[in-house]
Formats: sequence, C-alpha cells, structure tokens
Amino acid sequence: MQDRVEKRLELKAPVSRVWQALTDYRQFGEWFQVKIEGPFVAGQVSRGHITYPGYEHLRWEAVIQKIEPEKLFSFTWHPYAIDPKVDYSKETPTLVEFRLEKTASGTLLLLTESGFDKIPRHRREEAYRKNAEGWTQQMENIEKYLTGKP
Amino acid sequence: MRRAGLSRWRTLRNISPGSRSRERARLQLRAEVFAALGDQTRLLLVAKLVAGQPQSIAQLTAGSRLTRQAITKHLRVLERAGMVRCARSGRERQFAFNPRPMEELKEYLERVSEQWDAALGRLQAFVEG
Repeated sequence: MQDRVEKRLELKAPVSRVWQALTDYRQFGEWFQVKIEGPFVAGQVSRGHITYPGYEHLRWEAVIQKIEPEKLFSFTWHPYAIDPKVDYSKETPTLVEFRLEKTASGTLLLLTESGFDKIPRHRREEAYRKNAEGWTQQMENIEKYLTGKP
Repeated sequence: MRRAGLSRWRTLRNISPGSRSRERARLQLRAEVFAALGDQTRLLLVAKLVAGQPQSIAQLTAGSRLTRQAITKHLRVLERAGMVRCARSGRERQFAFNPRPMEELKEYLERVSEQWDAALGRLQAFVEG
C-alpha cells in the first residue's frame, strides 16, 4: 500500500524564482490560496486562513520544518483538516517536502507528502530490516489485489 | 487563477454541516486502518486473506511462530478497522478479507494527489507566467 504522494514537475523558471514562490509567505499564499500571518521560520508554527471565497473560516496551520536555501523547504500539517470543530492536533501530521534541482531548462520540483500511515520512520526501517523481502512481497500482493478492483 | 482554485478544499462542496459527524467517523476509521496496517503480523494476515478463501484461526496460525491467542488479538484489530469479517461456520470461526476500508484509503490518497496536482498547476502558472 502506497503511503505517500510524490510529484515531479519541470518548471521553466530559474531555481531562485521557484524558491521565492515557495518560501516567501505572500507568494506562497498567492498560488496556495491562503493568507498567512507572517514569514516562514524553521521550527515555528505558520498560521493563516484559506482565501477561497466561502471557505475563509478554514484555518491554515503548519509547522515549518526546514528552509535550506534553493534546495529544500518542508513543513508538517494535518491533511484534510477541513472541519473547524475537530481537534486535529492529536492526529499525527504529515510531512510535506519541496525539493528543487537545477536543470538545463529551469527547475525540477520534487514534492512528497508522507506519513499517512502514522508509522514512525525508525520503526518502519526496523521492520524492513527484519523481513525486507517478505514485506515488499506482501505489499505488492495487496496492492495488486486492490488495483485489480474496479 | 481563482477559478482553478479550490484545490485541497474542493471536497468541501460535498460536505454539508449535517454530514460532519460522518466525516469525523471516517477520519477515525482511516486512522484505524493505517494503524492496523502498521504491524508486520497484521500485514501478513491481510496478505493471506487477500489471496483467497476465508480462513480459520488454525489455518492462519499455521506456519507462524505466534500463538493462536496472539493471532486472535491481531485479527481483532483488523476486525475493528473493518478490514476483516468474522463468520461462524459450524464450530469454527472463519475470517474473510473486506477490501472496502483499504479501497477508501486508496481513494483518499488519490484525492490528496489530485489536490496537489491542482496546487502545483497554479504554482507553475505563477512562476512561469
């Protein structure tokens, strides 16, 4: 079972431009459609609200993890945190990572959102070590079964 | 750019205030399914049941180092998450795989994936435009 979302995107813009769009909180808000209260700071909570008409009551909240200039920007948040009455803070957050690489025509953007399965990474790696082949095989069987379904 | 916009929150359209408790229940179930899958023994049991016919505890314990009691405990967790159904057949209980919770999980990840596609599309327009 796949436990993460991965995206690759070729952008016809220099790395510095993409980096700005990701890490300047106002620019990020433009395309992500949130109004964020202040600049992103590693280790700190970023707050704001959704700007899409009719959904302004929804809050944006993320903990900024890493800001490695022109390489990596990451934050943790609660995906699908759409009900203002639910306290999502007890749920394990997912990790969103944007990685940038320079290419001949511009920038390669790699996005991953991981942690949906709530298994701490060290536990997962231990499990893999113990039975790497069996584990992979089982995952494949289950995946095959599920994809065979309409 | 606005029109393209609802992205991550698109599904809200389908969620009226009245169905909030249902959404909450779904969230809870999703967490349980993920938790149920986060254990190697349970993953093994799921793999065994996915492959074929309903099986008894004796069949599911065969070839395992674990005791009947331990296997039963893991089956309970899978049952609570809705991934396994138990039916009595004579004196024995038979356990069968129910694909629905995992299918829902898959659909959920697909929705998250689509929302990223929409958001990254806007990012692309933003930096290339």
